[in-house]
This record gives sequence, structure tokens and C-alpha cells, in this order.
Amino acid sequence: MADPRDEPSDGTPVEGAVATETAPPPVLAERGAPPPPTGVLGLLVREQSIIVPIVAVIAALAIGAVLIRAQGVNPTYAYQSLFTYSFGTADGLQATFEKMVPLILCGLAVVIPLRVGLFNIGAQGQLMSGAICAAAAAHAVREAPGFLIAVIAMVAGILGGAMWASIAGALKATRGVHEVISTIMLNSIAAGLIDYLVNGPLKDPSQSYPSSYPAPDGAKFQALGFVPIGLPIALVLAILVAWMLRRTTLGFQFETIGRNRHAASYAGIKLGGMIVLAMAVAGALAGLSGSIEYLEIDPYRYQDGIAGSLGFDGITIALLARSSPLGTIPAALLVGALRAGSSTLMFNTGIQPEIVDMLLAITLLLVSLPIIAKLIFRRHTAKSSALASSWGS
Amino acid sequence: MEWVKRNQITVGATVVVLVAAYVFYGINSNVATSMFSGAWFFAVPLVLGALTGVVGERSGVVNIGIEGQMLVAAFAAFFSASASGSLVVGVLVGMLAGIVMGAFLALTTVKGLMDQIIAGVVINIVATGLTSFFYRPGKVLSANMPQWNVPILSNIPLIGDVFFQSGPIALFALVSVPVVHFALFRTRWGLRTRSIGEYPSAADTAGIDVIRMRLVNVTIGGIFAGAAGAYLSMEATGGFERGMTAGRGFLALAILIFGGWRPLRVFAAALFFGFTNALASQLQGVVNIPQQFITLLPYLLTLVVLAVAAGRVRAPGAVGQPFVKGEGS
Repeated sequence: MADPRDEPSDGTPVEGAVATETAPPPVLAERGAPPPPTGVLGLLVREQSIIVPIVAVIAALAIGAVLIRAQGVNPTYAYQSLFTYSFGTADGLQATFEKMVPLILCGLAVVIPLRVGLFNIGAQGQLMSGAICAAAAAHAVREAPGFLIAVIAMVAGILGGAMWASIAGALKATRGVHEVISTIMLNSIAAGLIDYLVNGPLKDPSQSYPSSYPAPDGAKFQALGFVPIGLPIALVLAILVAWMLRRTTLGFQFETIGRNRHAASYAGIKLGGMIVLAMAVAGALAGLSGSIEYLEIDPYRYQDGIAGSLGFDGITIALLARSSPLGTIPAALLVGALRAGSSTLMFNTGIQPEIVDMLLAITLLLVSLPIIAKLIFRRHTAKSSALASSWGS
Repeated sequence: MEWVKRNQITVGATVVVLVAAYVFYGINSNVATSMFSGAWFFAVPLVLGALTGVVGERSGVVNIGIEGQMLVAAFAAFFSASASGSLVVGVLVGMLAGIVMGAFLALTTVKGLMDQIIAGVVINIVATGLTSFFYRPGKVLSANMPQWNVPILSNIPLIGDVFFQSGPIALFALVSVPVVHFALFRTRWGLRTRSIGEYPSAADTAGIDVIRMRLVNVTIGGIFAGAAGAYLSMEATGGFERGMTAGRGFLALAILIFGGWRPLRVFAAALFFGFTNALASQLQGVVNIPQQFITLLPYLLTLVVLAVAAGRVRAPGAVGQPFVKGEGS
């Protein structure tokens, strides 16, 4: 394991990308903790929710460099070709932004339940049900004007995702079924049902490969230059979610449940309803990202692999963002750039695109292990709140 | 007899199931044998995975990462067997991989006090990343796993065919269930394990080293998930594919809950799952149901079973909570 404090020698242009502004939660004063340091160190300690992910990314890229070297490729060249494509070319930048949209939304779909103390592993299934609902709705109203179709498809996607996620929420609220298991099962069930739909009722007979009918031409999202329309939607939603969690009663109730559900219940917050609501909002965001994928990305159909691993990347993004809604933006930029550039990397160096999964796994590992913060900040490490809940309540 | 009286329902249900199975066997022995074999074939990795969960959760550590443990073990087992040309090496490396993953979970959650759910999810994602990056297609095993016929027992009609004429890992699973059950409920180790999972601060007061015991249990428990992985890539299919565990680790978790954290019930629950799956594939030829519905049946069943079982069974008291000496809960 490379020492995270070592600066890797490779060019790491993502560093600046991650260090955009995010509002970290203030470090809570712990009983018996040493007085907070002042000056530069104090700033670093207070901003550790930003610094730890950055160090984790750098360390992961350094470990990735070793792996790339082991395959006989110069790591500097590999990273250069990856990031030059993702950020340096118009096509690449558009691809990065296109990936960012579902990544931000799926990241938010994990962040919101995390605040309530729920771990939503089901963004993948919610995205898929959103996408298939959008495809079905768009096909049903295909005669309508294009703009209207797009709106209907998005609403259908939102409803589809919300409905799918609230199954998990309802099972949790009424029967105490742990959401991690139920959302994973729902992922598999969604995959099976959709596989049936695109091979049966929703199949476009003109295609040899199982796929839904295409989005009508007028409804397809056009990119503005190299900025896809989905991007501003995702950015606005990230800001809205941040505002919702921070400034509204609903956000306060979510937060209270996440910190102490007994206290929340005592204060009169309806736990069951809030759990279902949090999951539904999360599912709505993931479902919306599914409908945007359908309307925005070529081939504008529901096909196998439309979701890729976007929903699971959402987990990585939420943890990388330290469950801050605005933090999902830089995290999604990084993951989107890696995903967008991976095929160029494959083309230039022969390294398999799975290197990205590997890099993300290492990053996730480093960011969620308390190691880095302990190494850097030692006694001043901020305590993270526990999430684990037992199988029962 | 006292024992039979206390466990009326269990004994009764077992007898009913056995009688039904043999009636079925009497009606059509070929179909019955193939269905029950299919059920056991499906159940083996679930039983083994759930045993990892039993050992971990009885000690107070939630293990969401069984899926990842199994995947890494399947990968390690297959590729080491293929590279070394020895099946024994493959199985041993698979079990070792399970133990290493277990050690990772133990260190991060028990020592590092990392959130247990997040640690498990991280294990799953890391396992996917690792195995898909290092995966190389085109490797084969030098030989198929042998089939062992247990003397005498394998001659019993039906039961012998299903359970005692199978590969070594399936037999290992069959032996492990009663062994773990006995160890958990009849030995000193078992009493201590259950106590650190129910009420760690009381166990601590009684002089049990909770931290050390959790570390050891969660680590050693990985051996079963390792065996499950080796079963998938070597005994069941003879090949490794990306993401080949396909949610079995999570099914194992559901079975763990359905089985009420008790190895024998877990075994019964896994067989029930396996049988439902076999029944569905059998029905496919008779009734006209799309093939996709068959594949998603186990997942749907998991949800239903959990919704029913969740209120009826009780999890170990301290599962999911890290133990910090002196901060009694």
C-alpha cells in the first residue's frame, strides 16, 4: 500500500477538479478532544471532509500507476491519454458531461437516504425502472409534440424510479426488511422484468437486438455545444437537494431521523412515512437520470447496458462526496472523466477499461477507511456518525 | 423424547417434508431425484455463504460483504487451480481468499470501527473491481472436480442420490452445518460467541476479550464464503466469469435471516429456496411462463420471505454495533 502522504509523480489533473467548493459540516467538538488547532493546520483539520477524498483519489491513482506499470505501460502516458481525452477534446468533454448527469443524480439518490440512516444500494434498479417507464411513456404518446413527449417521459421516469424505491422504503417501514438487501433484490427483479419487457411487449420489432422503441425525434435532447441539457438539470437538482437538506423542515426531519431515530420519533416525526418519502425522493432522482439517459444518449432506446454501472457508481460518488449533495458534483466529474476516457485508454495503451473499476474501488476503500484521516490528522480526526443499523428496526 | 416434545414443529415439519419427498420419489423417481439434486446444487453456495454470516453476526458483526468474499474466492480458486494444475490447491486458495476477505472485514469494522454496512458494500465493490480487472478469459481447469460417493450412505434412495453422491465442497457444506450448529450451541466457544453478539459489555465484564474474539470469528468465518466461491467456479461450473456470484451472497443473507441465525434452520431455508428454483425451472416446460420470470423468482422470493420472516425472528442483540471497551451500551 502506498503511503497516501507521498505525492505521486504522475500528472493528476483531477486534483483541481475535486477541490471545488463544497460546504463541509462543521467538525463537532468531541468531549475530551484536544483543542482545535489554529492557523494552516486548523484550516486543514476543519476542511478534512474535502482533503481526505482528494488524498484518497491521489493515492488510488498512485496505486493504479503501479498496476499500469505492471502491464508494461508508462503510467504517465496512460493517465495523460485518459484525461486529455476526457477534458481536452470537445467530444471527450461532452462524453464526460454526459456521464456526469446520471452520476450526480444517482449520487444524490444515495446521499438523501444516507442522511436518514438508510443505505440505498438500489440506484441501479431505480435508474433502470425510470428509463423503461420513460421509454414506455414516450412510445405511448409518440404523436404528441416533441417537447411534451420529453416532459412526459421525464415525469414517467421520475414516477417509475420513485415507485420502485418506495417498495424498499415501505418494506423497511412496515416490516423492518433491511434496505440493503431489499434494494439489491429489487435491482435484480427490475433487470428481469425489463428483460422480459424489451423482449416482449415493448420490443421494437425492427431491431434484431432486444431494445425498446426509440425516442421520437422531437423529444431527443440536443446538446448545447458540448454541454448536454441534462447537465444543468443535474446541477440545479444538486443545489436544490443541498438547500432542501439544509434549509427546509423536511431536510431537518430527515437529518434528525438519521442522527437519532428515537429522538425523532419522540419529537413527533412519523418515521415510517419519512423513510418511504426519503426512498421515494431518491428513487425519483435515479429514475429521472434513467429517463435522461433514454432521451439524451445515442441510440435513444432502452437497451441492455443503458445503466452500465451508473447506479453503483452512485454509491462511490456519495461516499466520495462524504454524503454532501454539492460534493457529488466534483465526485461525478472525476468518475465521469474516468469512465469517458477509459475507451481511449484501451485504444492507446491496450489497458482494459476495468482499470477504472479498480481505481474507483481503491478510492472508495481509502475514502471510507478511517486510515487516511488518522494518518494526516491524528488526534484531530472528525468522528463520522455511525450508520449501521441492525436487521430488526 | 424430551427433545422431540420441545421441538414439535421442527420435527413434524421435517417428517412431513421427508414423507412428501419420498411419495414424490415413489411416483416418479427420475424427476424427483433431478429436482432435489437441482435444489441442493442451488443451495450449496447459499448454505456456505449463510454460515459465514451466522458466525459473523452471532459475534455481532453484520456482513453485507459475503457476495464480495464469494466472488474473490471464486476468482482466486479458479485461477490458482488453473495455473497450478491442482484442484486441491484451487480449493485451498479459495478458502484462504475467503479468510483474507473476512480478516479485512474484521480489521476495518472491529479494529477500525468503520461502519459495518459500508465496509461490506466496499468489500463488494472492491471485489468486483479486482476480479474484473485481473480476469483473463480462456483459462480452463486441468480436470473436473471429482464426485465422491460416500460409502453406505450413498446407497440410500433419494437422500443418498441427492446429498451423498456429490463433489467435495458440497459434502463439506453438508458436514459444516451440523458442526457449526453444535459448536455454536454446545461448546464454550459457542456460548462466548453468542454472548459477544448479544451483550458485549456483559461478556467483557465476564472476562471475555470481545475485540479479539470478534476478530478471530469474523476472519475464520470467511472460510465458508471461500468454499462457496470455490464451489461456484470449480465444482458447479468449471469456469470463472465476471460477476458470477450474481447476488447469491445476498440470497445467503436473506436465508440467514429466514433461518433465524441458526445453522440447521439456515440449511432448511436454503433447501426451500433451492427447491422453489428447481420447481420453477421444472414448470417452465409445462406452463407457459417467460424464462425471465424464472430467473427473478429467487429474488422475489427473498423479498417475500424477508417481509414475512423479519417480524418473527430476532437478530443477535448487538449485531451492527461496534464494541469499544469502556463505552458500554
